[in-house]
Amino acid sequence: MAEISLRVNGSAHELDIQPQVSLLDALREHLGLTGTKKGCDQGACGACTVLADGERINSCLAPAVQYEGREITTIEGIGHPLQEAFVHADGLQCGYCTPGQICSAIGMLAEHKDGMPSAVTEHLAVTGGELDDAEIRERMSGNLCRCGAYNGIVSAIREVAG
Amino acid sequence: MTVIGRPLDRVDGRVKTTGAARFAAEHPYPGLAHAALVPATISRGRITTLHTGEASAVPGVIAVLTHLNAPELKPAPKVTPLRLSSLVSGTSVGYLQTDEVHWDGQPIAVVVAETSAAAREAAALVRADYAPAPAMVDFAAAEADARPQRGNPLMPGEAKKGDAEAALAAAPVALDLRYTTPPHHHNALEPHATTAVWDGDRLTVHDATQAIDWFRAHLAVRFGIPAADVRVLAPFVGGGFGGKVSIWPGTILAALAARATGRPVRLALTREDVYRTVGGRTPSIQRVALGATRDGKLTALVHTSVTRTGRVGGLPEQVTSQSRHLYDAENIFLRQSIVPLDLLSNTSMRAPGESIGTFALEAAIDELACELDLDPIELRMRNEPAVNPMDGKKFAHRMLREAYAVGAERFGWHERDPRPRSMRDGRWLVGMGVASAYHPSWRFAANVTVRLSADGTVLVRCGFQEMGMGGATAQAQIAADALGVPFEAVRVEYGDSALPMSPNAGGSAQTASVAGGVLEACGRLKRSLAAMARRTGGDTPETILRRANLPYAEAAAGSDTRFGRISGQVRFMANLLREQRRWVKAASGAQFCEVRVDPDTGEVRVSRWLGVFDIGTVVNAKTAASQLRGGIVMGLGMALSEETLVDPRTGRIMNAGLAEYHVPVHADIPPIEVSFLDDPDPTMPLGILGAGEVGITGVAAAVANAVHHATGTRVRDLPITLDKLL
Repeated sequence: MAEISLRVNGSAHELDIQPQVSLLDALREHLGLTGTKKGCDQGACGACTVLADGERINSCLAPAVQYEGREITTIEGIGHPLQEAFVHADGLQCGYCTPGQICSAIGMLAEHKDGMPSAVTEHLAVTGGELDDAEIRERMSGNLCRCGAYNGIVSAIREVAG
Repeated sequence: MTVIGRPLDRVDGRVKTTGAARFAAEHPYPGLAHAALVPATISRGRITTLHTGEASAVPGVIAVLTHLNAPELKPAPKVTPLRLSSLVSGTSVGYLQTDEVHWDGQPIAVVVAETSAAAREAAALVRADYAPAPAMVDFAAAEADARPQRGNPLMPGEAKKGDAEAALAAAPVALDLRYTTPPHHHNALEPHATTAVWDGDRLTVHDATQAIDWFRAHLAVRFGIPAADVRVLAPFVGGGFGGKVSIWPGTILAALAARATGRPVRLALTREDVYRTVGGRTPSIQRVALGATRDGKLTALVHTSVTRTGRVGGLPEQVTSQSRHLYDAENIFLRQSIVPLDLLSNTSMRAPGESIGTFALEAAIDELACELDLDPIELRMRNEPAVNPMDGKKFAHRMLREAYAVGAERFGWHERDPRPRSMRDGRWLVGMGVASAYHPSWRFAANVTVRLSADGTVLVRCGFQEMGMGGATAQAQIAADALGVPFEAVRVEYGDSALPMSPNAGGSAQTASVAGGVLEACGRLKRSLAAMARRTGGDTPETILRRANLPYAEAAAGSDTRFGRISGQVRFMANLLREQRRWVKAASGAQFCEVRVDPDTGEVRVSRWLGVFDIGTVVNAKTAASQLRGGIVMGLGMALSEETLVDPRTGRIMNAGLAEYHVPVHADIPPIEVSFLDDPDPTMPLGILGAGEVGITGVAAAVANAVHHATGTRVRDLPITLDKLL
C-alpha cells in the first residue's frame, strides 16, 4: 500500500492505496467523485478525461501515485460556459461521455491557445490559427460518444471558443 | 398545442454536465464490496477442476464463488407469450449452477473483494481445467445448416406473394446478389454495471437496464422471491441501443454475490466483459434478387437471410422486415433462416433486422437502377406502393415520396452526374448515394399517474427508461400541453420499478407508449377537476383544489395491481393484434450521402449527410434530431468500420475493446442535417411514430451506393474498409 496526498478540485485528500490503482479508480472509488467515467479502462474512449495542472489526461492510464502534488480538476470542480453550451447545443444524450468531453474540450482549447498544432493544422509554424470545425473534430477525436452527439459537441465548443 | 414540437433543452442536461448524475456503478453503500468475473476459455464442454487457491489468498478477497459453492439460482423461465418478461433472459444458462460451458466467455467464477483492484487481480488468478466438447462456432461454415425460422403473428419468418422465382427467371432485367454483414456490438459508453443490495429477502438493484419492469420480474423468479420484494432503479443509463434490454450474467451474478457474502456488491463489467457476456448483433448472409421490366417496374423481389442465434438463447433477426413494405413488386418471396451456434446469444441492436436488411435491399435497388440506367430515386418512385405490397393493408402513414422530394431539393441531387467515377474534388473521387429508411412503429401499454398540486405544479410518474432519448423532457412537454400548464411546472419521475409500470425501451416505442398513458391520465384528471369545479365553483385548478380543501388531484392510466397489470396486458395485446390486422405503421425516411474517396488509398470520408424523416409528430425538435443523428452516426460505423471478429476455430471474440472495434469518432462525422416532415400519424398517440431506430436504417446502403458512384466499385460485404476498394 502507498500513502499519498492528492489535490483534487482545490482540496487535499490523504489516501492509502495499492500502487497499481489508477487515478480514475482513486477518484471514483476512494474519493467518491463519480463524475469522471470509466468507459474502457484502457485509454481508448476518453470518458475518464480529467485535467492535471490544466492539461487533459486519460485518468484510467494514470497511476494515482504519480499524481501526488499535481492539481487535479474533475467535472465536479468545473464551472465553465461549455457546460451550458453543451446542454443548449444538445451535445449529449445519455450523458456518460459528457464529463470527459467537457474536460477534454477545456484542455483542448488551452492547447490551441498555446499554439499546439493538430494533424489537420496546415501550417505548423503558424500559431493562433482558426479553430474551425475540422480542427475541433480532429482534436476531440480521443473522446468517443456512442449516442452520436458529435455535431452538438462541436457546436458547443465552437460557440464557447468564439 | 404550444409546447409540443419546441426544441427545448433536455431537462437532465445540467446533472449530466456537472457530474451529478449517478449511473448504476456509482451508488455508495456502507460495506460495499466489489466483484469481478472470470470467463470460460472454451466454447463448449465441462469444467473438470477449478483452481481458486491463489485467488482466495489475494489480500482483500472476501469470496471466490463458483458452481461448487454458489447459492442456488432458480432456472430461467421458459419463454411464453403469456409472460412477456420471460423474453428478458439473455441466455438459458444457470450461472454458477453447473459445470457446463456453453460459450467462450461464460462466467465460471465471481470474485468478491474489498476493492475493485483486488477483485480484478484475484479474478485473473482463477484457473480452470476443462473437458472440451466439439463446438460449432464458425458462422460462414454453418450457412448450409441454417433452417427457416419459425415465425409468430407479429414477426413472421416467411412471406410470399405470387411466384417470385418464376418471375425472376422471366424478367427482362434481373439481378441476383449476395450481401454479408458482420457481427456488431453496441458499445454503449457505460459498460453494464449492477449494484445489488439485500435487506433480508428483499433485493434492490441499481442497474444499467432498458427494461426495468422485466428485470424486476426476472430477478424475482431467479431468486425465488415475490416481485414486490425486488426494486430496480435506473434513472440514468449510459446508452443502451438494445444491449441493455435483456438481462445478462452480470446483473444476476451481482445479486447472487451479494446474497452469498451478505454485503452490498457492485459488479461493473470491464469493456472486455461486455463483449464476453452481453450479446451483440448477429452476422448475416443475405440474398436479394430483383426482376424488373425495362422501364423499371419490379416484377420479382426475393430477399432471404441467414443469421445465427446462440444454442443457449437469442432471437431471430427480422432481416426481411422492410422488404414486406418498401416496394410494389408483383411477386415477392421473403424467408429468414437461422442457425444456432455455440456462441453467446445474439440480441437486439438498434433496428434489429432493418438496420442490416435495408443495407442489402437498398444497395440492390441501387444496383438495379444502374442496370436500368435510371435515377435511383426515380426507380423507387416507380415502385412506391399505394397499399402494403404483401396483403393490401392500408399504410397508416406513408410519406416516402415527400421525403425524397424534399431531400433531393435540399441535397442538390440534380447536380449529381449519374456516371460512376465522374465527379471529383481535387484528388478526391466524389460520390452521392441515397437509400430509404424504414422502421415499424410500435406502441405498448404504459401505466402513468399524473398529479396536479394546488401550487400549480404537475408530477408525472412512470417507470420508463432514460438512456439519452430525452424521455423526461418529451413527456413533460406532452403533459404541459395536455393540462395547459407551463413546461417548467411539470416534473417527471422515471427509472424506478416502484413507479407505475412502463414497457421497456425498445422498438422505438417508448415515447409513444408513455405518451398514450400520459394523455389518458391527463384526460381523467381534467374530467375530475371539471366535476370538482361544478361542485366548488372554482375556475382554475388552484382555486378548485383550495375550495375542495385538497392538496392535489391525481389520475392514473392503467393499474399496477396484479390483476390490473394482467388485464391491462390482455386488453393491450388484443388491441395491438386488431390494429396490426388493419394497419401497417412505420417511421420512414430518405437518407442522402456524399462521400469522398481517395483513389490511391481507398480511404472513404463521408463529407455530407441529409436525412429527411417521417416520424409522425415531432415532440421535441432538438432531442428528436439528436436521436436521428445518433442513428445515422451508428450507421456510419456499420458502413465503414464496425466489425466484431470471432475466431472461427475457438469462438472467442478477438477484438473485445474500443481500441480494436472501431466506432465512429469526432473526425469521422460531418455535419448531419436532419429534416422532419412533421405530420402526425392518425393511429398513434399524439401521432408519434418513434425516432430511436429509423435513423440507422438505410445508412449503410446510402454509403455503399455513394461509394459505388464515386469509385465504380460495389462493396457488398460490410464494413467498406479501404482494402475492399483497392
